[in-house]
Amino acid sequence: MEDLTSYPLELTGPDIPMVRFLNVRKSYGELIVLDNLNLDISPNEMVTIIGPSGSGKTTVLRMLMTLETIGGGVIYVDGKPLTHMPKNGALVPADARYLRKARSSIGMCFQHFNLFPHMTALQNCMEGPVQVLGLSGREARERAEELLMMVGMIDKKDQHPSRLSGGQQQRVAIARALAMRPKVMLFDEVTSALDPEVIGEVTNVIRDLTTRHSLTMLMVTHQMGFARDISDRVCFFFGGKIEEQDSPDELFSNPKSKRTQQFLSAVKAAD
Amino acid sequence: MQWDWEFTAEILPKMLWATVNTLMAAGIGYVIAAVIGLLFALAQRTPFRSLTFIVREVVEFIRSTPLILQIFFVYYVGPEYGLWLSPWVAGMIAIGLHYAAYLSEVYRGGIESIPKGQWEACTAINLTMAQSYRRIILPQAIPPSIAGMGNYLVSIFKDTPMLSVIGVEELMQAANAVGGQNYRYLEPYTIVGVIFLIISLTAASAIRGFEGWIRRKLGME
Repeated sequence: MEDLTSYPLELTGPDIPMVRFLNVRKSYGELIVLDNLNLDISPNEMVTIIGPSGSGKTTVLRMLMTLETIGGGVIYVDGKPLTHMPKNGALVPADARYLRKARSSIGMCFQHFNLFPHMTALQNCMEGPVQVLGLSGREARERAEELLMMVGMIDKKDQHPSRLSGGQQQRVAIARALAMRPKVMLFDEVTSALDPEVIGEVTNVIRDLTTRHSLTMLMVTHQMGFARDISDRVCFFFGGKIEEQDSPDELFSNPKSKRTQQFLSAVKAAD
Repeated sequence: MQWDWEFTAEILPKMLWATVNTLMAAGIGYVIAAVIGLLFALAQRTPFRSLTFIVREVVEFIRSTPLILQIFFVYYVGPEYGLWLSPWVAGMIAIGLHYAAYLSEVYRGGIESIPKGQWEACTAINLTMAQSYRRIILPQAIPPSIAGMGNYLVSIFKDTPMLSVIGVEELMQAANAVGGQNYRYLEPYTIVGVIFLIISLTAASAIRGFEGWIRRKLGME
């Protein structure tokens, strides 16, 4: 059992990051997926994670969404611990109730959309606001319609997911996540399952989101061009660690680590 | 032995009346089975290991022993422990529990067929466990289970004659009584067979229709 006494109960000071990974570790048996990750994400920042498969990219997002338990260290969101809760002046692993409250500021979009197939696009976007946030049907509908309008799916609002293309489903999934008014949005390879000709409709929606002022975003992607375009910062993951991080221009034009160089040239060769 | 139409006409009202009881027994038994079966299925998915273990063993026990024994047990052994039940109550408990064990497996299959991504989406929009089951998982798990559930509806209906052994006044019991009084068994048993055949076939096609309807309604076609 890790000694958690050295971890603060909450973050204080002038520049509290929206998300802080503090010595975060994760392993499956012998396999180390994340090796002492330290990463801060500022409010309204757009951070992209790139790297070879198996480098722990997706695990970072899944831990932040509390879909995976944490192996060691603490994750803080908006200054408060997410994976742990204060008890008698020290941090202890969060219970289900605390987790549920803590993750309410986080939203996530998945590679395979994971829309609810028995509900229409509109119902998908109303479900959380009605059931979890306690909005009235009318309020939830207005909010959902506004978001479906924003992602360009308003004219398909009464369709079930099976009637929508991958790109359309992903746009609905983005609207569904935003309907919960998260402070942090996570995008886990949201274009990887899409046909090339519809990738643009999804990346355009995400691009629009970067202009909104109250959203911190963390994205895992294989779209290097897109990552370069919209990110404030790019992290290159290798072997469960951040090998290199920098502004997109710097990282893509002038990578310092040898592994980053190899990865980028391999990706370029594949394009 | 010749078929006697006059006798048939004479006993038919009585037989039809008994059919109502048979349908009622099947219906009540099935509702009990559907509800308890769902509880059995959900209990096996809780994080409480000992509860999961106990429920799994109970289900396994019920599935591995004959229904008729269970009926006898509830009705005749119950009183030895102070549990005096009328034939109807004992019969409904026995048949309801018996089919609950089978239906729990149908539910379990349905629930396990739901992709993990659906659960993750529930977490991502922060639904509680109960909301996830009620709003997202069960509505998807049940339509594919309807065919299996329907088979057991027909089965439970066909098993109701076993309740005659403890004196529930259903179709079989009525046929036995009529036959015994008149020393003629051809007509009453034939009528029982025809009634079972008609109702089973009707139920099976109604279930197929219902399955299609619910799939369309949930946009799964």
